[in-house]
Amino acid sequence: MDQLFFAAEVFLNGLMAGVMYSLVALGFVLIFKASGVFNYAQGVLALFAALTLVGIQQGQVPFAHLINAMFGTNLHHFGWTVPSILAIALTAGIMVLLAFLIEKLVLQHLVGQEPIILFMATIGLAYFLEGMGDVMWGADIKTLDVGLPQGISDTVETMTADWLGYGFFLDRLDIWATMIAALLVAALVAFAQYTKQGRAMRAVADDHQAALSVGISLRFIWVMVWSIAGFVALVAGIMWGTKSGVQFSLSLIALKALPVLMLGGFTSIPGAIVGGLIIGVGEKLFEFWIGPLVGGATENWFAYVLALVFLVFRPQGLFGERIIERV
Amino acid sequence: MKLKFTTLAAGAFMAAAPAMADLVVPNLSYRTGPYGANGTQYADGFNDYFTLLNERDGGIGGETIRVPECETAYNTEKGVECYEATKGGGALVYNPLSTGITYQLIPKAAADQIPLYTPGYGRTSAKNGAVFEWVFNAPANYWDGASVAVKYLLDENGGDLSGKKIALVYHNSAYGKEPIRTLEELAEKHGFTFSALPIDPPGQEQKSQWLQTRRDRPDYVLMWGWGVMNQTAIQEAANIRFPMENFIGTYWSGSEVDVQPVGAAANGYKALTFHGVGMDYPIYDDMKQYVIDPGKASQGGQFVGSVLYSRGMYAAVVIAEAIAKAQELAGTSQITPAQLRDGFEALEISAERLEELGLPDFGPAITMSCENHGGSGMARVQQWDATERKWTLITDFTEPDQDVLGPLIAEDSEAYAKEAGIEPRC
Repeated sequence: MDQLFFAAEVFLNGLMAGVMYSLVALGFVLIFKASGVFNYAQGVLALFAALTLVGIQQGQVPFAHLINAMFGTNLHHFGWTVPSILAIALTAGIMVLLAFLIEKLVLQHLVGQEPIILFMATIGLAYFLEGMGDVMWGADIKTLDVGLPQGISDTVETMTADWLGYGFFLDRLDIWATMIAALLVAALVAFAQYTKQGRAMRAVADDHQAALSVGISLRFIWVMVWSIAGFVALVAGIMWGTKSGVQFSLSLIALKALPVLMLGGFTSIPGAIVGGLIIGVGEKLFEFWIGPLVGGATENWFAYVLALVFLVFRPQGLFGERIIERV
Repeated sequence: MKLKFTTLAAGAFMAAAPAMADLVVPNLSYRTGPYGANGTQYADGFNDYFTLLNERDGGIGGETIRVPECETAYNTEKGVECYEATKGGGALVYNPLSTGITYQLIPKAAADQIPLYTPGYGRTSAKNGAVFEWVFNAPANYWDGASVAVKYLLDENGGDLSGKKIALVYHNSAYGKEPIRTLEELAEKHGFTFSALPIDPPGQEQKSQWLQTRRDRPDYVLMWGWGVMNQTAIQEAANIRFPMENFIGTYWSGSEVDVQPVGAAANGYKALTFHGVGMDYPIYDDMKQYVIDPGKASQGGQFVGSVLYSRGMYAAVVIAEAIAKAQELAGTSQITPAQLRDGFEALEISAERLEELGLPDFGPAITMSCENHGGSGMARVQQWDATERKWTLITDFTEPDQDVLGPLIAEDSEAYAKEAGIEPRC
């Protein structure tokens, strides 16, 4: 009986972990869907957003090291702190500005190029943003506190202990992440379905040429999509940054999103969510049952194996669009 | 960050320049990437001590010390490239701060006859100088750390660990796996149950391992982590309400960067160390006067006194002392790497000498010889005070269990000697 409870606990925690992966995968999907670009920089966008948020919140002087080195000053902080909500809003604004700059300085010059060229441009963008984040805010590990609770949920533990005789572990941060992700997805779906800009975005996703022919501005759509992806990256950055501090390894969370994308499909928002949940649950249960037999640490590789197994049967992913090209 | 480009450029220039009379001690550092926050502080401490010697004493034995820096990003391939790029510039010794890089450099350094100094990391059995002629890892290595941790737990439990459960969460890499064999031997000797939980690097997602810890309820958890794995593990331990005073990290899981992101929940967490921490040492008066105030400190001196800064500085202290010894033995101030090896093998840093250096009781007394490249292996335990935001040393330097470690080191080093065709010397 205990094993059953343990497995159920692992299952629930796998779902929660899957939501965290989905948050990262969503950003990839948005950009790929609208422009056909696999945005290698999505993980770095999450890092950059989280660094900027902490910097604004703590009143850090951007480029302080550079300014101090050039002018012999000793600037580090403005001497004020910014409330979390305002800091998040300001960071979201900066992500919009960044989206505008990316479109203006990178994408605009690559219109009509092969997708691989655009992909390579995003690799360059990732390195640039990582370096920029370092120069702007410093390489030290930062504590991110926007008021999200962490640690075991006493309510869940007490309730399950009373009902089942075994108190389940659920992290309060994961519960919040799940609620926020649900809201985010609902907002994205509503935006895509019920707003003019959302419909334009879907039109571009379906057919660039047709969308252009009816007067939709590709430039505007790209800025909008990169802005939304930037905002999704900010949410992912907040969740992962709260969990383990804001540091440069945050950009590596993109590795967790790749199997989710392979499984869920690169073009589907629900696919990113369902894919994340399957990967989260699959890797946790595999680690629980099989891990001890093979020495553990199976999660990283098992996620990819699981995604590859799905690809054998559905190459476009669970929810991806089936593309048929005639020669 | 601010000095990175200039130091890299200077490093590249100096590496390309013909050998000059300076003492060249390359700093294979990492200030970028996932482990940059750790590598930066260590590199700063390493640089600043040599800057202090140059500014205050005019170098060592009248020779200026040059510390060309090369960025490895904690990447083994880049580390080897850095070694190859700098060794032609008269490099005397390397301290790459990476077990992966060290493993790659051991045969190269032996072929090039350049010493490696790997305090607290690298290949543990390099302590056997009869086999590893060019590698030094005093004052302590991984196995020493595992043994000191178990000794500490023995003290905490009235000398009896039988029936206790001790788990190890480890970085799933060559580094993280190092203490497993030792802990298995110690478990057999002391009758505790040992289990090992690997965590794939970088280690941001550890839910499975901590759910298992919650189910298994070990009495103590030891950690061999690095980078983001440490912060995540401490946070996850706090999440499952694992008592922090029963959670002990190794040397590389016990710096400010590991505990500060967790906040108050990290209070009481313990870690091993083989040196002192904080600013309560006279050396910092000189450091302030000659390095920090004149603006010559690496990164403006923002990490002075932190655990990793202190460790980088301590590595520089040992290298500087070995250089001075080598100069004394060779009768010349312009020494070669081979002469520096002799300096390491004759090195003795007593408590009195540490006091003269402005570092009283900072580290254990170090005595190295041809056979013993690892010193006494003594380490101590420190504990994090989240309110004061500082580490406090809670034990004296403790000797590891050489009865267990000695045969393990002999076995591993002899296997290496056989594999590499090395005839043991001394």
